[in-house]
Amino acid sequence: MSEQKLQSQTVQTTGHAWDGDLQEYNNPLPVWWVYTFYATVVFALVYWTIYPSWPLGKGWIGGVSEITYVNSEGETKTHSWNTRALLMADMNKAALAQKPYFDKIEAMSYEQIARDPEMNGFILSAGKVLFADNCAACHQAGGQGVIGFFPNLTDDDWLYGGSFEKVHETLMDGRRGYMPAFNEVLNGQQIDQLAHYVASRAGIGHDAGKAAAGDVLFRSETAACFYCHTSEATGRQDMGAPNLTDNVWLWADVPGAETGEGKVAAIRSVIAGGLNKGVMPAWAGRLTPEQIKVLTVYVHELGGGQ
Amino acid sequence: MQTGLEDQLGLYQKRIPIVTRSVTGRFRRFKTTVLALAYAIYFLLPWLPWSRLDAPAQAVLFDLPGRRFLIFGLTVYPQDVIWLALLLFIAAILLFFVTGLVGRAFCGYFCFQTLWTDFFIWIEHKIQGERPARVRLYRQPWDREKIFKIGGTHALWGVVSFWTGLTFVAYFTYAPQLVVDFFTGQAASAAYITTSILTLSTYAAAGLMREQICTYVCPYGRFQSVMYEPETLAVHYDDRRGEAAHGRAAARAGQRTLSERHEKGLGDCVDCGLCVQVCPAGIDIRDGLQYKCISCGLCIDACNTIMDSFNFPRGLIRYDSEQNLASPAPAPPKLHWKRLKIIGYGVALVLMSAYLVYSIASRGSFDRAITQIRQPLYVVLSNGDIRNRYQIRITNKAAQAQTYVISAQGIPADALDVGHFREITIKSGHSGLVQASVRLPPTVAARTPGFDLVLTPKGKPEDARKERVRFDHPGKRP
Repeated sequence: MSEQKLQSQTVQTTGHAWDGDLQEYNNPLPVWWVYTFYATVVFALVYWTIYPSWPLGKGWIGGVSEITYVNSEGETKTHSWNTRALLMADMNKAALAQKPYFDKIEAMSYEQIARDPEMNGFILSAGKVLFADNCAACHQAGGQGVIGFFPNLTDDDWLYGGSFEKVHETLMDGRRGYMPAFNEVLNGQQIDQLAHYVASRAGIGHDAGKAAAGDVLFRSETAACFYCHTSEATGRQDMGAPNLTDNVWLWADVPGAETGEGKVAAIRSVIAGGLNKGVMPAWAGRLTPEQIKVLTVYVHELGGGQ
Repeated sequence: MQTGLEDQLGLYQKRIPIVTRSVTGRFRRFKTTVLALAYAIYFLLPWLPWSRLDAPAQAVLFDLPGRRFLIFGLTVYPQDVIWLALLLFIAAILLFFVTGLVGRAFCGYFCFQTLWTDFFIWIEHKIQGERPARVRLYRQPWDREKIFKIGGTHALWGVVSFWTGLTFVAYFTYAPQLVVDFFTGQAASAAYITTSILTLSTYAAAGLMREQICTYVCPYGRFQSVMYEPETLAVHYDDRRGEAAHGRAAARAGQRTLSERHEKGLGDCVDCGLCVQVCPAGIDIRDGLQYKCISCGLCIDACNTIMDSFNFPRGLIRYDSEQNLASPAPAPPKLHWKRLKIIGYGVALVLMSAYLVYSIASRGSFDRAITQIRQPLYVVLSNGDIRNRYQIRITNKAAQAQTYVISAQGIPADALDVGHFREITIKSGHSGLVQASVRLPPTVAARTPGFDLVLTPKGKPEDARKERVRFDHPGKRP
């Protein structure tokens, strides 16, 4: 390469000679490269002027560009440009765009919201986000819950009532489901009989003899199941006691059990162990009243309501 | 032998300014016509009024904030993106088709780089005069005349560039309002940024860079070259006729007529150099087909003018195919379209254009998207029934509000529950979201793999659209 250059005689030297014959080629940068470099210098100067760039003690040089937005309290805020203020401006802009909808929702009745196509569309979109942010951790993204832990909100079985008012009450104040552990008052045989009785009421495979004994036990003062679940075993919504005669299971994983014996065993374990984990937190104070109203309609529509 | 000079070529080659001579003829007339037509459309279209109820009265308006393109009587929504895909496909195939037939016709006659450069050269010519005057001006010192003429040219280029940029922006907002806002400082910042960028790029590309764009920047010119076939018509110099046995020669005394020249073994080319002077790419077509040639045909016009003045037959430079020129007895040039490639492109072009026209003509007055809610896929209800839920989104693309009726086929009539929205009214250009649930007893669910949801615009049963959806139940495998 260098010999070729020598041959062609087009590369000049810098003109200096060291140690007699040591010379240096002069290969200047291409012109376009130099100009591009100057352009980046100019760009940097412009950038420093407009945007925050240099640290200065504990702070920084802010640059001349500013971000102005109106926050949720209606105050106008101005910051020198930074990404956090940019996010705040975006968030407040979105909140401002949603405000007319939330204002309308505040003024409308549940029934009016459910009949208004535009509001219904807003509930489906805004409710989905609110649900995903606040509820989906337990009730899952689609509201389908987890058997044995969190109720399914998409079915037609409402533990505490499925009217708009009841759903609202649940959201505002929270709920606490409780059932005593019956292995402390009943023996294994009695629990087995109760399990077969519950299975018989729900229409799944059972032992008729045990079920008949369980039927008596269910209504007796010994077990006292009927206090909460009623003597018909259809449950009481004011106490959150589930209907035991339907196909919806929350605590006992009956649909997940492969065999009939397994289904009865699932029921038996719930009766024996009781429940003290059905806790739904109260959302009043954590969410705004309008957000809770949106969620009320959204959850009501998930399962079709009552 | 390698000298190493190859390595010395830098990344940037110094541009030798091309000063073109004006020319008259068939191709110049065609180019001027295309230029006038293209400019008329581009610069005037945003000013064409069009009466609309719910949008500015502008015939072509790309309404980005409203997420719609208004093109005369047609409103295009983002859901119609397939049309854009078809349009791009058609444009690509059209380019391939034309290039296979007549070479880089797009480059020479229709490309905006060519059009704008052509117009800028025209301005240059009007202010500074014909080629010799321009060359003189270029060489003379910076006196008042040079400053005035060169400055005037650049100023006028600047004005045209600016109006080019502003016109582009005018397609995206109501044009009369834009022009007022722009000069009073009220327009959106995007308008100023876009106009500045386009002003600068137009000025640079058409005024300063010109043929360098085609030679170094544009990929189309390069990949069109590989679509040439021996049968493709392109601008060619008839080497055998022009050079003959002893090459081209000036028309001096004793070699002025064809018979004298043929006797001496001289070619028909009188080496006047006019074909080089008129070339906007600065090439010599007599060196053969080359990648810098944008096939604008101006050298054909130039050569024909000279041939006419000497009473020689025209067509020393002409549209011809490599194959024909190489044959022992060249026939008159003609289009060779009976080739598999050309016919294939032609068929694709016709099919896709027909589909686009059909798709636009037959589009429904509304768009729908029906999705099954998959979390959960199904719900077992308290009495054992199975419920599936669906989200229905209807977008009203008609010009007025419309009521839609939602119904189902293939399931019992009472199985479908759409809340209060068995009928939903949606404003023009808006979308409506409805949640539908379908509830079937387990026995019916087991024999119902799916059903049809039917959306019918009220009063227009012929516009009804049906969509097949799944129905899932516990026993069903996905």
